[in-house]
Amino acid sequence: MVRAGAVGTHLPTSSLDIFGDLRKMNKRQLYYQVLNFAMIVSSALMIWKGLIVLTGSESPIVVVLSGSMEPAFHRGDLLFLTNFREDPIRAGEIVVFKVEGRDIPIVHRVIKVHEKDNGDIKFLTKGDNNEIDDRGLYKEGQNWLEKKDVVGRARGFLPYVGMVTIIMNDYPKFKYALLAVMGAYVLLKRES
Amino acid sequence: MPKMNTLLSRANSLFAFTLSVMAAVTLGCILTTAFKDRSAPVRLHVSRILLKKVEDFTGPRTKSDLGFITFHIYADLEKTFDWNVKQLFLYLSAEYTTKSNAVNQVVLWDKILLRGENPKLDLKDVKSKYFFFDDGHGLKGNRNVTLTLSWQVVPIAGILPLVTGSGRVSVPFPDSYEVAKAF
Repeated sequence: MVRAGAVGTHLPTSSLDIFGDLRKMNKRQLYYQVLNFAMIVSSALMIWKGLIVLTGSESPIVVVLSGSMEPAFHRGDLLFLTNFREDPIRAGEIVVFKVEGRDIPIVHRVIKVHEKDNGDIKFLTKGDNNEIDDRGLYKEGQNWLEKKDVVGRARGFLPYVGMVTIIMNDYPKFKYALLAVMGAYVLLKRES
Repeated sequence: MPKMNTLLSRANSLFAFTLSVMAAVTLGCILTTAFKDRSAPVRLHVSRILLKKVEDFTGPRTKSDLGFITFHIYADLEKTFDWNVKQLFLYLSAEYTTKSNAVNQVVLWDKILLRGENPKLDLKDVKSKYFFFDDGHGLKGNRNVTLTLSWQVVPIAGILPLVTGSGRVSVPFPDSYEVAKAF
């Protein structure tokens, strides 16, 4: 038989334990948890910015968004880019570029290069799986791409890993739920 | 409910362990083929060259030199394929220098070779797949247009190297234009 007074003094081990922990934490532990969380976020940011400097590319890791380079790359694959200025752009390379005025990076292959003596370069791209070149994707009246449009050259490849980003983009509720769960886990986890 | 807690923590550890193992195995796979030599012998032969001057309908609407090349390709890519190669993207490109441009490269033909397909290529009388337009009139009388066969190795996971085959052929272009025929 359960007595009324017994319930409050002895909570059964369950998910209710988390709130018990929260009540037991004092201010110092709360500050510690918040700082811990901030450390994790800053480390991640430092690694990302460090990669940007190391590779010379503004976005060293990109997710393939379309099927225009199949069967090599599928939607959801991950590409690692470098963008060193000493590397000249040559036919056959896979470049990731942004059309002026648009934010979405496009991953296609260089099929034509014309470079002048002074280093000015203009080039044309085409997706492996597309019938025609990319002139339809460029700006109105633009026939060639230039070095400034290039985000980077694809140097490495991992399959499927980028799917998480695509799912988070297509279903924003999933992204918020994931961030909430991660945040709660980091804030409430205690080193016992 | 004690059971739910341990189930959750067990699932969590199992998930973390699976991810770590998969990452380690992927890294191992990448390292086994990262430093491999991907070159192969190639023989190219050009059988026919034709030069016209046409308005470049693929883009800039200026009259430019348009070349037509027919060629033979022989390549043995068997050694390039290994267990970490998903496909090879082959392309034949023409490289030349003109008065207005120091470097010109035009891809004339390409082919996707998947793992499992016949790696020995013996193609005759291949016509260029893409229009060989120059940025101007640099093909006329050009003594040195070099054709090379290159390929991009697409791995299952890892580095994406670009390799040029050892055989190349340089051909001169004619000094005059052909009368434009309807095609």
